[in-house]
Amino acid sequence: MEQIAHYYFNLELMRQSLPLMLEGLGVTVSISALVIAFGIAAAYGLTIARAVGGRVLAATVVAFIDVFRALPALVVIVVLYFSLPYVDLPISPFWTTVLALSCIMAAYGGEALWTGVAAVPSGQFDAARSLGLRRWPLMRHVVLPQATRLALPMMTNRAIAVTKGTALGSVIAVPELMSQGLSIQSITGSPSLLTLATVLYLGIFAPMVALSRVIERRLEVKA
Amino acid sequence: MISELRDAFLDVEAMIVTFPLLWQGLLFSARVWILIVPLGILLGLVLGINAASPSWPARIAGLGVIDFFRCFPPLVLLIVVVYALPFLGVRLDPFVSAVLALALTGGAYFGEIFRGAIRSVPRGQWEGAAALGLRRQQVLRLVVLPQALRQVVGPVLGNSLELMKATAICSAVALPDLLRNAQTAQGIVFKPAPLVLAAAIYLAIFLPIVWLVSRYEPKPGRAFEAARRGD
Repeated sequence: MEQIAHYYFNLELMRQSLPLMLEGLGVTVSISALVIAFGIAAAYGLTIARAVGGRVLAATVVAFIDVFRALPALVVIVVLYFSLPYVDLPISPFWTTVLALSCIMAAYGGEALWTGVAAVPSGQFDAARSLGLRRWPLMRHVVLPQATRLALPMMTNRAIAVTKGTALGSVIAVPELMSQGLSIQSITGSPSLLTLATVLYLGIFAPMVALSRVIERRLEVKA
Repeated sequence: MISELRDAFLDVEAMIVTFPLLWQGLLFSARVWILIVPLGILLGLVLGINAASPSWPARIAGLGVIDFFRCFPPLVLLIVVVYALPFLGVRLDPFVSAVLALALTGGAYFGEIFRGAIRSVPRGQWEGAAALGLRRQQVLRLVVLPQALRQVVGPVLGNSLELMKATAICSAVALPDLLRNAQTAQGIVFKPAPLVLAAAIYLAIFLPIVWLVSRYEPKPGRAFEAARRGD
């Protein structure tokens, strides 16, 4: 029992490395915030292009969405990381991770919004046309606001999943929470920092999961 | 410039030389996929049935396990199993650790899908079956599950895909999966061509599944098409 406490809950070691771990947590939170912001903005861009663009543009959007839904996040990160130097784009591991995860967030967000567009009752399109709305006002004032509401639960789930994907940055040495925990662990040989990292992750995600339960219950009551 | 890029990314010779290594990796990944998808579904079914149970201890336990494992990135779970459990004297084979960590994460999400499906079966079905004299186990097995399982095909396929994709994290704990071996190959030929090949292999396997999953998603109807064309 004492040994377990010594290995997993070495408080002294945890206290010493807390500043480094909090730095890692900061990196995790910044990547998440950037990815959610860029990803959701791009998801709207994709949806609008898919809805009002021509056939070629729509097909390109669908191809983008399908490819980034098919590739594992880590594969995208690793391929980008090892490929970008060859095209003379010296971007840091931090921004490589942001770029890769944003593309994935955009793909899933775009798909969620499209499902939302699909769920808008067809009478609304006929009504909008009879009011003389052109494509863009139709999207902006009629379709997108409703699609957003319908896509919200899926978008929230995806945002949580993508935030979890930030841990993958540790593979290309982004100094986020997981890699800070791992590097201190490899220096000290103690898994206490992994315990601390786990607790900090729980601190981020437990409220998110709890929140998703609350949202779910709200929607259930209405239905 | 163009020929340099082609040499780095699409060097066929480098791809052929490293293909056996990638093939080995693919076989490893495939072994993981074949194990974790059924294991995850089975675990999810148990968790989902408990989480949708009317008895509160079962419900709390089921929901607790589901939400606990939904709180961690799969990579964190894998690293804890691989690097932290040995200090407890639990020294699992790395392959077993990976399967365990992935099945637990996957199982939690499958559990959430099954819970939702079971709860969506109207209460009258439970009451009606009970009035016919069926015991709880029988109600679940004969009346509720057949109705619930019919609606989960799309989500279960989608989550199976997510779970299969998640196996790429095996490479991060030095397991010789497709991604790991592609990285090794990249180090041998000093160009990203093997990584491009690996990405192509992943696409060849996962794109058809993405298309299959998409078939279960609603598509905008004719009125939308008319509205967007009729500028």
